Amino acid sequence: MEQFLQQIASGLANGAIYACVALALVMIYVSTDHINFAQGEMAMFSTYLSWQLMTWGASYWVAFAAAVVLSFILGVIIERAILRPLHNAPVLSVVVVFIGLLAICNSMAGAIWSYLIKEFPSPFPKSSFGIAGVIGPHQLGVVLVTLIVLGLLFAFFRYTPLGLAMRAAAQNPSMARLVGVRVDWMLALGWGLAAAVGAVAGVMVAHIVYLDPNMMGGILLYAFAGALVGGIGNPGGAVLGGFIVGVLENMVAFAGNQIEKTTGIYIIGNGEKLTVALIIVITVLTVRPAGLFGRVVVKRV
Amino acid sequence: MPAFPKQWLWGLIALAVFVPLLQPVLPDVVSNYRLFLVSTMIIAAIAVLGLNLLTGFNGQISLGHGAFYAVGAYTAAVLMDKLNVPYWLTLPCAAAVCFMVGYLFGLPALKLEGHYLALATFSLALAVPQILKYKWLEKVTGGVQGIVLNKPEVPFGIPLTEDQWLYYYCLITMLALFWAANNLLNSRSGRAMMAIRDYHIAADTMGIDTALYKTVTFGISAAYTGIAGALSASAIAFVAPDSFNLFLSIKFLIGLVVGGVGSLAGSVVGGIFYVLVDNSAQALSLFVKNDLGLQFDLSAYTIFGILLILLMYLMPMGIVGGVYLAVRRLRQ
Amino acid sequence: MAINRRTLVGGAAAAVVVGGGAYYLLRKDGATTVSSTSTAKKYDDGATDKEIKIGHTNPYSGPASAYGVIGKCIEAYWKSVNEAGGINGRMVKFVTLDDGYSPPKTVELVRQLVEQEKVLLTFNTLGTPTNTAIHKYMNQKKVPMLFVATGASKWGNPKEFPWTMGYQPDYHTEGVIYAKHMLANVKDAKVGILMQNDDYGKDYYEGFKEGLGKEAGRIAKHVSYEVTDPTVDSQIIQLKDSGANVFFNIATPKFAAQAIRKAADIGWKPAHYLNNVSASVGATMKPAGFENSQGILTAQYLMDPTDKQWEKHADMTLWRTFMNKYMPGANLSDAGYVFAYSVSFLMHETLKKCGDNLTRENVMRQAANHQKLKVPLLLPGITVSTSPTDFYPVQAVQLARFKGETWELFGDIMHAESS
Repeated sequence: MEQFLQQIASGLANGAIYACVALALVMIYVSTDHINFAQGEMAMFSTYLSWQLMTWGASYWVAFAAAVVLSFILGVIIERAILRPLHNAPVLSVVVVFIGLLAICNSMAGAIWSYLIKEFPSPFPKSSFGIAGVIGPHQLGVVLVTLIVLGLLFAFFRYTPLGLAMRAAAQNPSMARLVGVRVDWMLALGWGLAAAVGAVAGVMVAHIVYLDPNMMGGILLYAFAGALVGGIGNPGGAVLGGFIVGVLENMVAFAGNQIEKTTGIYIIGNGEKLTVALIIVITVLTVRPAGLFGRVVVKRV
Repeated sequence: MPAFPKQWLWGLIALAVFVPLLQPVLPDVVSNYRLFLVSTMIIAAIAVLGLNLLTGFNGQISLGHGAFYAVGAYTAAVLMDKLNVPYWLTLPCAAAVCFMVGYLFGLPALKLEGHYLALATFSLALAVPQILKYKWLEKVTGGVQGIVLNKPEVPFGIPLTEDQWLYYYCLITMLALFWAANNLLNSRSGRAMMAIRDYHIAADTMGIDTALYKTVTFGISAAYTGIAGALSASAIAFVAPDSFNLFLSIKFLIGLVVGGVGSLAGSVVGGIFYVLVDNSAQALSLFVKNDLGLQFDLSAYTIFGILLILLMYLMPMGIVGGVYLAVRRLRQ
Repeated sequence: MAINRRTLVGGAAAAVVVGGGAYYLLRKDGATTVSSTSTAKKYDDGATDKEIKIGHTNPYSGPASAYGVIGKCIEAYWKSVNEAGGINGRMVKFVTLDDGYSPPKTVELVRQLVEQEKVLLTFNTLGTPTNTAIHKYMNQKKVPMLFVATGASKWGNPKEFPWTMGYQPDYHTEGVIYAKHMLANVKDAKVGILMQNDDYGKDYYEGFKEGLGKEAGRIAKHVSYEVTDPTVDSQIIQLKDSGANVFFNIATPKFAAQAIRKAADIGWKPAHYLNNVSASVGATMKPAGFENSQGILTAQYLMDPTDKQWEKHADMTLWRTFMNKYMPGANLSDAGYVFAYSVSFLMHETLKKCGDNLTRENVMRQAANHQKLKVPLLLPGITVSTSPTDFYPVQAVQLARFKGETWELFGDIMHAESS
């Protein structure tokens, strides 16, 4: 029973990481219809920026805020400089550009900051936070931060004119243009927001997995699965999807453990937990092709 | 895309067949290593062609063709290692196994589109190396250690070097496969495949069995890539789960897009690019470091990324598409 | 004739790629292999009166790029050798290529090194699967494949593979040592094992099992992780749940640190054996938290640059001077630089001993003929000895316990020859 609780808690904590990155993926998807494979590496780069500021003497929160703002600006620049000229290119060409970005971010971070893992501090107080033996203070903190970011984004899209304009630009660009929305700037804004959310995710993740240029490689994959299972166009769904993937994976390992304990036969273990979790995710997707919480878009012929 | 001029094609094939025979005359130019390098390009070209059949001609995206490549390679390796099957017989076996795997995978894939299909195939690429390491399969697959093989031997005492023979073996396979693909695409079935890509619903209403065509295309595509995998097992003489990581699938996709989506010639260019881009990036990286004297360490991986972005920016339709456009403009 | 700018530049870019490739394919080989006529000097490919050519592959990109520092440091080492006049008057030309830790790429690159670049030997090629892929080829070609950077036990097999030699103590032996120590010191041991699911992890695991011998039933739980896993938290929970009181941690630094911290977080306090791969204070113990790392055991053969006890040691001073001069700005807490320096020294000594007889055969003969050679940065008391039947240069380790912020060596130096 103790193991069960701990596995759920650790799954939730991992899930929070996936959810955070999944949110960033969704931000770009709703504004540009692309899945940004470089999202993880961009978040990693942002995290290094905040780490650098901290080693230069900035306090945690200053470095955190500065990294978010810098990432926002970088995101806008990347959209304007690299993606804008390609807006008529086929989807696959854009995917290749994302892979190029991934390679550049990864190797530049390695060249500047080396591949040695670095500790990243946690802002959450060690005592009086978290549930002893089940979930650590930082893990609980990440869950809270993810939910806060989700709330902020929700409020932004729901209650501000800019958020409304962004949604309009994504859903119907030509109509939005007619009513005076500057559509291409909305796309850039979407990229900026995604990069900023990514920076938050990176800073949260770095304490758990340690900071290194490859820290996001595995995580992006989980985030991708989480975003899709929840419905890629829906921030709330993506967050939930992230949590689902995190818990599901641990549950697969847990179930495998129990089977081995009771019957003595090894069927699934840690080597197969991701595979099995993905099979479940894909099976769900074949039944609900728009994700658990996505809306089915009716295609016009 | 318009057909490549016939006489050019025959000229190229003649070159490909006769140049390696010049080895005794020009041992430094036509070296064994270069023949081996061209063989790896040919293998990559076949793999990219497999992906192209699915993505370029049928409109189903795949980020996981490395999985079929792995299945093909392992089928060949296990047959040669455990059952002493001759290497040339492994090709049809790998093709059959991969066709089945691809076909079966194509069934659930029918329900998935776009990003969801991308995720499903991505997962496949991730799962296959882990399945190869699975505890109960270890005896067959060699687990994490992989399987060490022998290189194909020259048959009937033909006076060729090992690498020359490997080259011809790959070349003959590639020509046969491209010929078959060309015939397929110019047939009624091929037109149906492309109709599904362009206007899925219209194709459906016209009476094309879209489900059947899509799953069979998945199977054929997997078989092509599987044959490439089997060839690579012979050429490298070693298979291990580490050879088939996620990045392999991504590199096939890069080869496809850079070469030219929906173009047979593009697959060949993609295969060449797949092999050369790393070496070019390394050469450029060294050039920047040594000859330009840049202080900052610009790694080959960075240059690889920059090259990709630059190529896509300048030729969003791939190299073949770009060259075609350029030629047409020149003619006007 | 309206060519727009974009197409033109596009064509130019394509030309650069294709041209670069073509140049790369067709450039003239450095095949200046005309042997000197002088009688005393003997050369194979890659060696002349002026130059010795050494090949190397290493992952500089991809998931294993953390090892890239080793290649860069070796390159710097040869630069320092060349500036000091080379080896017996010959400059070392070091060709290092990026294989991205992919075996097929390694095969291609090593063939390029041997057949196009015509190197005298390859040195410290990195990775177990990558080296396995070229193992047969190098021995068929009879090209020395020296001091490979992997701890698998298969590299010291002179009977079948007389052209291949390893360097570091192999993982298998290390696993045996831990098992023996545990059996002697821990009462009623129940072992939990965390293992990276590849051949590196497998080697340690098999060694440990062999060391347990009849007591193999003491392994209560054996869990693995993939390098793509974000964390190993779930695995540690499973190990704790199994009731194990011994923890054998076969993980690379990032995951080892996660494991140490997670174990402390959930209140699991086993006797902890940490594999040497992660025994770096800077890369593992500090990120894991010193308060969580007390009492962890490991086996060492190299000095750890982040360990305070070596700070004043002559070898360390030498190494730091070298690093400051040839690799300014490098992160000195990276143990990869220490490894690279020591293994390069051994290569350097081997080539020095070859004198003017730079044939591949003689290189192998000299490599297999070191007696108690003192190699800098090896722990005090550990030396390099090889013979035509012993292809394991470093085969001794010493156990160490983590105390405060440093490793405390204890017990004798153990020479465990792998058979």
